[in-house]
Amino acid sequence: MSPVLSAVLKFFAALGIMLVNGVVMIYMLRKVLGHLHIRLGPMHVGWKGTMQTLMDVLKLLTKEDVTPRAVDRWLFRIAPAVVFVPSLMAYAALPFSNTWRIVDLDTGLLYTFAVLSLVPIGILMAGWASANKWSLLGGMRAAAQQIAYEVPLLLSVLPVVLVAGTMNLGGIVEAQQGYWLGFIPGWFALNPLMWPTLLVFMIAGLVEINQTPFDMSEGESEIVAGFATEYSAMKFGLLFLSEFSNQFIMSALGVTLFFGGWTLPWIPAEMNHAFGPVIFIAKAYIGIAVMMWIRGTFPRVRIDQLMELGWKRLIPVSLVLIMLTGLFVKVVG
Amino acid sequence: MTDPRMDVTGVGLLGEGLHSPGEPPAGIRRAPEGVDGLTTEHLIINMGPQHPSTHGVLRMLVEVDGEEVIAAEASIGYLHRGIEKLAEHRRYDAVGTLMDRGDYVSGIHGELAFAMAAEKLMEVEVPRKAHWLRSLTSELNRLGSHLVWYGTFGLDTGAMGQFLYAMREREALLDILEAITGQRMMFNYVRPGGVLADLPVGVDTKIKAFTDTFDTYLEEYDQLLGGNEIFQHRVKGIGVIGREKALAFGLTGANLRAAGVDFDVRKQIPYAAYPELDFEVPLGSTGDAWDRYTVRMGEMRESARMIRQLMEGMPEGEHTAKMPKVIRPSEGEVYASVESSRGETGVHLVSDGTDKPYRMHYHGPSLYALQALEDVLPGHLLADVVMMIGSTDVMLGEIDR
Repeated sequence: MSPVLSAVLKFFAALGIMLVNGVVMIYMLRKVLGHLHIRLGPMHVGWKGTMQTLMDVLKLLTKEDVTPRAVDRWLFRIAPAVVFVPSLMAYAALPFSNTWRIVDLDTGLLYTFAVLSLVPIGILMAGWASANKWSLLGGMRAAAQQIAYEVPLLLSVLPVVLVAGTMNLGGIVEAQQGYWLGFIPGWFALNPLMWPTLLVFMIAGLVEINQTPFDMSEGESEIVAGFATEYSAMKFGLLFLSEFSNQFIMSALGVTLFFGGWTLPWIPAEMNHAFGPVIFIAKAYIGIAVMMWIRGTFPRVRIDQLMELGWKRLIPVSLVLIMLTGLFVKVVG
Repeated sequence: MTDPRMDVTGVGLLGEGLHSPGEPPAGIRRAPEGVDGLTTEHLIINMGPQHPSTHGVLRMLVEVDGEEVIAAEASIGYLHRGIEKLAEHRRYDAVGTLMDRGDYVSGIHGELAFAMAAEKLMEVEVPRKAHWLRSLTSELNRLGSHLVWYGTFGLDTGAMGQFLYAMREREALLDILEAITGQRMMFNYVRPGGVLADLPVGVDTKIKAFTDTFDTYLEEYDQLLGGNEIFQHRVKGIGVIGREKALAFGLTGANLRAAGVDFDVRKQIPYAAYPELDFEVPLGSTGDAWDRYTVRMGEMRESARMIRQLMEGMPEGEHTAKMPKVIRPSEGEVYASVESSRGETGVHLVSDGTDKPYRMHYHGPSLYALQALEDVLPGHLLADVVMMIGSTDVMLGEIDR
């Protein structure tokens, strides 16, 4: 297969995963939230409402695309793409199994965080271009919170890198093979010394992808719909597709870094290799379900409290954690 | 003000500093010094009338410096239906329908206030049974109203789940109220002289089923929202309406009691069956949003307790006094008030001896709470504006009339 054809195929594979993910996750969100809220969620379109999201996509595609007169047209149009593309790019380094990955990058971890950090630029563009005060506030909030939390997020994964000795996402999964005491899987999440790191990662990760309780940039009860207020039809669809996609990526990263990636313990390695992608996606969806659970119950943090938590608590804590991990690795390893 | 964010005033971050009450936030003002040599401008935000959390159709004009509120002004009147004027063209027994539409989440209280005023004018003796039925429906309605407050307050702070849980309980309550009054919201149940009808057969089992489960559910709800640390951080010490300010603005109800003032119309100016009931009045201390939350949660517990007492001790007898077909009170002027879900709801009634009121004034507690909000909001963040509207539980139907 020519490298060009291979690249094109991989691009469409990533796009396909992203779109299918979006549709599945929106349905899942509605059902999970529905049952959390003692109601049923969609029930009428298709069996148990399964076709609801597909119909919604059709609706979004055929809806009139309203562009308000006062917007900065150029920025307004490209902003959804600037939000969407990095989130698509982030799929490149995810290790779905030991062979299923788009590129095998030695700096996969760094790459994924780097592309994800482009998202707030798009959100800020959307907020600024919309010529709407709510959008502007939403964009500014997104920029502030994501810059603030990029630091603890990256710092929080450094202990993992120190222990695993690599930034290759596949390599990190390999480092979690084997057992402690003969039967406890070697996942970093099962190592009590890693729990503070995991906690910092989870908090910073939720902020980074704008999820409740840190969904400041949308904050529907405060700033209407934040940066997405003026968007309609598929532009709105793109903004939200990338949000769902980011949720998947963050969950997949958590699975890779802490929960053994595509592997399951106590089953033969061949099985792991054969069913790797299924296991990986299933694990990622468990993470997403937890996020939805939080979304269904938690109130929203206030922006100044969020900033305080990031700069004053999480960054020092993660620096200390790196230091301790370094000492530990030096002494034990 | 004790808010530490106020310390930066000297640097110019706050622009013009504290908002002096009464000054309208008109036009864009320039911060005199600016930040780091850059000239900054304040932003005027039109919160509502189309905004997800303005509890009806409130329009808040908020002047912000970044996210910090410099001044806030409530623009009201979007829900004006002319209730006071319409009342001058209704017979006495028909005004209750208008009062239902004032504070539409707790209609019984409005009806009751008017009925009491009309009875004062006519000097009618209301039977004991009617008093008990009035108290029962009042407390049921208070629970329903507080549940709406609980749900929407959660929504205002960004939590979603408890809203639907609260709606489940409210549904049971509306079911009971529908069985008693025939309506879910616009009851028209309390009439001058008594109430519309006696309790229907079988409603006592419904009420018992509700009160049996409600206490446990309420504890769960309290833990779900009040036990959440994020929520506590959002409300504790925020939006303080202290004792002096609360009294100066004429607040009543939970907003006043949260500041530690023990004033409850049910205790101080007893009416209906309340003198015969055993209940506590929950009090706060500082008057912040957290106190308002705990006071209202406490009130719900007391209401449930009262409903049990009312069902146990429900007397026998007539549910209404003998009333003429057309009510023609003698000339006079009276004021009667009840403790509604939001505070003291009063009716000032002037009669000229005809079958229609000469003038009816509707005293709604939310209007005063909204005025206090304008004074308290400066210095808080934009997110607090929404939270504060929720925590004072203002009802626009009552403000605009």
